[in-house]
Amino acid sequence: MYGALWRILPGPWWLRLLIMLVLAAAAVYALFTWVFPWVDHILNPINVTVE
Amino acid sequence: MFGELLVTAGVLILLFLGWQLWWNDAIMAGQQSAAASTQSSKWIEEERATRGDAPPPDPADYGDPVVDTSEYGNAEPFAVMYVPRFNSPDTVDSVRTIAQGYGLDVLNSFDLGVGHYPETQMPGEVGNFAIAAHRSAYGGGMHEIEQLQLGDGIFIQTKDGWYTYRFRDFEYVTPDTVDVLAPVPHRPDLQATDRIVTLTTCNPLYSTAERLIAYGVLESWQPLSAGPPAEIAADVARWEQ
Repeated sequence: MYGALWRILPGPWWLRLLIMLVLAAAAVYALFTWVFPWVDHILNPINVTVE
Repeated sequence: MFGELLVTAGVLILLFLGWQLWWNDAIMAGQQSAAASTQSSKWIEEERATRGDAPPPDPADYGDPVVDTSEYGNAEPFAVMYVPRFNSPDTVDSVRTIAQGYGLDVLNSFDLGVGHYPETQMPGEVGNFAIAAHRSAYGGGMHEIEQLQLGDGIFIQTKDGWYTYRFRDFEYVTPDTVDVLAPVPHRPDLQATDRIVTLTTCNPLYSTAERLIAYGVLESWQPLSAGPPAEIAADVARWEQ
């Protein structure tokens, strides 16, 4: 699937590489900001208060 | 194709571990401490600007602790907590902002981290100033809580001044023990005469089965114009830069 993505992307090899890196960075950002906190909340519902 | 999926899954799991152990703990702790230092410095600056060249007050004139009676909305910051015992060696990284409420918007925040139980008292007030923070992950504002020793300083700063509490004792309770938040813990029927602070966090480490409670008693109060307590003056100077 990464091979297919590589073939779909336009431009010379360095531009494709740049786009791939930007996409990977965006994916990591989304994971760190939204996905992982959500997963963590389900796996390990942290609670520090008395109620 | 199938191989690529498996490799991707492996990378995702490694990323998750990296997020949990590094990003979510170390990075967030640094961010929260830096944000709290900024908040603290802002109050110090504002007080300096208002006071101008007037000399600091005499210790005899401090009077009773000033109690902030403003109404704070959820997640609104109103104090800064500093416990030198929580610092990593040779650093000042345990400053945390205290905000109203104990929802995840406060506890999991990048610039807050410690939540105040809104129904409990305010810093310096007669009764119980009760706060909560994570023990592990999300900046772990009370990660080192079990290292507290009798008499350790728990310093609370507000826009009004510095409140010095001294750690007294621990208690291990089940999560439904709300009586620890009473003005006199476990005795909701009694009228409070002491000014105490109550720290609540989860116990054991990495578990949510119990709650670890740390109590402290107010030792002294001084207005911001008097500067920080001597014991932490050097640390405050470090984060004020």
